[in-house]
Amino acid sequence: MSMENLINKYFRPGRLPHIWCPGCGNGVVTGTIVKAIDKLGLEKDNVAVISGIGCSSRASGYLDFNTVHSAHGRALPVATGVKLADPSLKVIVVTGDGDATAIGGNHLIHAARRNIDMTVILYNNSIYGMTGGQYSPMTPQGSKATTAPYATIEPSFDITELVKAAGATFVARGTTFHAQILADLIAKGIEHKGFSLIEAVSGCPISFGRQNKIGGPADMMKWQRDHAVMLAAWNKMTDEQRAGKFPIGVLYENNDRKEYTEAYDELIARAQGGNK
Amino acid sequence: MSRILLLQGNQAVVEGAIAAGVKFFGGYPITPSTEVAESLAERLPLVGGKFIQMEDEIASMGAIIGASLTGKKVMTATSGPGFSLKQELIGYACMAEVPMVIVNVQRVGPSTGQPTSPSQGDIMQARWGTHGDHWLIALTPASVPECFDLTLRAYALSEKYRVPVILLMDEVIGHMRERIELPDNYDEIPQAERKQPTCPPEEFKAYATDESLVPAMPAFGSGYRWHVTGLVHDETGFPKGTPAATKEAADRQYHKLYDNLEDIVQVENYRMEDAEYAVVAFGGGARTAYEAVDRARKEGLKVGLVRPITIWPFAEKQMKELADKVKGIMVHELNCGQYVLEVERAVAGKMPVTSYAKYDNEPATPAQLLAEIKKAMAL
Amino acid sequence: MKQELRLSGTGGQGLILAGIILAEAALLDGKLAIQSQSYGPEARGGSSKSEVMISDEAIHFPKVTEPNLLLAMSQEAANKYSADLSPESILVTDSLFVSKLPAHSGKVYELPITHSAKEVLGKALFANIIALGALVKITNIVSEESLVKAVLNRVPKGTEDINKKALQIGMDLVKL
Repeated sequence: MSMENLINKYFRPGRLPHIWCPGCGNGVVTGTIVKAIDKLGLEKDNVAVISGIGCSSRASGYLDFNTVHSAHGRALPVATGVKLADPSLKVIVVTGDGDATAIGGNHLIHAARRNIDMTVILYNNSIYGMTGGQYSPMTPQGSKATTAPYATIEPSFDITELVKAAGATFVARGTTFHAQILADLIAKGIEHKGFSLIEAVSGCPISFGRQNKIGGPADMMKWQRDHAVMLAAWNKMTDEQRAGKFPIGVLYENNDRKEYTEAYDELIARAQGGNK
Repeated sequence: MSRILLLQGNQAVVEGAIAAGVKFFGGYPITPSTEVAESLAERLPLVGGKFIQMEDEIASMGAIIGASLTGKKVMTATSGPGFSLKQELIGYACMAEVPMVIVNVQRVGPSTGQPTSPSQGDIMQARWGTHGDHWLIALTPASVPECFDLTLRAYALSEKYRVPVILLMDEVIGHMRERIELPDNYDEIPQAERKQPTCPPEEFKAYATDESLVPAMPAFGSGYRWHVTGLVHDETGFPKGTPAATKEAADRQYHKLYDNLEDIVQVENYRMEDAEYAVVAFGGGARTAYEAVDRARKEGLKVGLVRPITIWPFAEKQMKELADKVKGIMVHELNCGQYVLEVERAVAGKMPVTSYAKYDNEPATPAQLLAEIKKAMAL
Repeated sequence: MKQELRLSGTGGQGLILAGIILAEAALLDGKLAIQSQSYGPEARGGSSKSEVMISDEAIHFPKVTEPNLLLAMSQEAANKYSADLSPESILVTDSLFVSKLPAHSGKVYELPITHSAKEVLGKALFANIIALGALVKITNIVSEESLVKAVLNRVPKGTEDINKKALQIGMDLVKL
């Protein structure tokens, strides 16, 4: 389906144009989400999209599903409530690097630990964009931000490693430059039964690019092209070759762990059968 | 058929929740409310419901907001510090008009305070704890049977008005065990129902209302797709921040409750028919007051008790009427004097309002309260 | 006529349960009852107090202010909770733990409650049920029939006989 048709089918009429800045990668990521949903043929009525607060979290308002634009950092608890209360819904969480890994960091590790069936699309633009360019836990060390005028001294999270360690059973990374791959990764994540997270590396030319003199939107896309490495190639690289780069693709998948809402149904059966 | 039980107030809340049709609880352990969570962890799966212990109090609120959006009746329970943590999303629930019941079994604070000692120190937090102008309902039971009844009522109000309802308990009522008669099964108990849209999905506007000012609320997955947001929004549910839309949203949320105070506000009058002096007390404090009033009457003093059952919205009309009726009022509460501020405002200087504030970990004894009443009446 | 009882001792002695059983026995007798408790933040150790009020009429204030009976199963509890005893109040102590009686001009029963639990039943944990047997023998506050029923409603399956025996031991400790 063409992007125009996808927009007509999955975006709410009258809600566009979006609020994102020219050259922002958020529109691309949001487009890949609907592409993935379309590929899987999901019914709109059966999909819930839950976001937090921040630039990326505005996506929920544009999408024609059951949507929640929740509070800062709280998308995952709300999504947990939706999914556990009605496991028939497909739950997709739209969040950003600040929303998910700083204020919502505790919720992220616990949702991963439970392995509850939902797909988190983490738009990583390396900055708090909505508030004008403060550093997040995923801002690369040494970057400048309005709250790091002398450059950040804090190491950043590799969120894929973090959620994998916490118990997520599907972990992937893509970029807005590799949009088709990103859409496929999201589709795989949604299909996966369990907690899945896809880090979508996305450019913020206004609040991150300018402060760090990376250039305009095209330069940020080129940066992604030059720094992202397909996993197969990454696996053959030496540590020196890997320096400054990052792998994209399905980084981890485990289909052996029990999914939370299924485990809960078994608990109900046990309780009603009189077994503690 | 019914059964007679000795139950704690917290356990009666659990019975009320099951009877009300609660199917989802998200919580976090905190004394002295933990029995509510423990008991629902056991009970909910038996009725096909879900219990989840979340990673913190904030997440508990998030989870019940999400579950409520799927059409379920939901509950969380907490105490002082946890109630503070929940405030962020209580604001969200007010703004997005998400029905839920939040149980707060108050304890001595601030901070960790005295976790096992009674207090009514969260009266003002229950009203003003979250940020921004907002309106909600708080109910305060004064007995174990009333814990059951008010839990049912909390759901009736929460679903009818699409508003968070706080069941504002205290440790005295939460932990004491008392006789309660409960039906053997809850099938006959009327279930509060959420208003559903009558228009087809394509015409549905999520926050459009009729004269009730309460919008219909279809469940996620029902075919009505709508957007829930904490941003100021118009009747479509989508953000709209114009001055007119902002004022309109606030006005509607105010009027949907405050135009219905007759329905929402309940006050018990005990021995007030010929009373010349009134004690205002609620929750655990009212238990002292009933007996102090009885003792005063035995001594020939015309004292009565006015017990707000609905703490918020404030019983404005009842307190103003009281000011025209009696010669003096004493407000007795287990804090340094919170509810008394509202009573003084309503009475507006028409007569002396005396505060008997007790904030030393122990409820006042009837003898102590009676002595204070006598002192005040002599004024 | 309202009866106020205070059962006190150390956390872990099962006195909260004893209070609940007593209140439930009163309900079985068709009376009204309230049980309340106070304890510190710790689950074990520290002073523990379980209060029971029994009456034919509505009981408003749930805390004991004029105890008809105080059971003290630790020295600390005996010292701490005896201040409001009147000459008409009855004091019952566990003689294993309370060596120094608090000042009290009324009737006192010093009973080997925990000692009997250990010696006769082999376990100190039956002390609370033995104490109940003794209290009911002294006060007649609930019927023996309801007491037995209330105990059996609350104790684990398979321990009915030994708990009944514990009640009897408690009753036998009391020489009226």
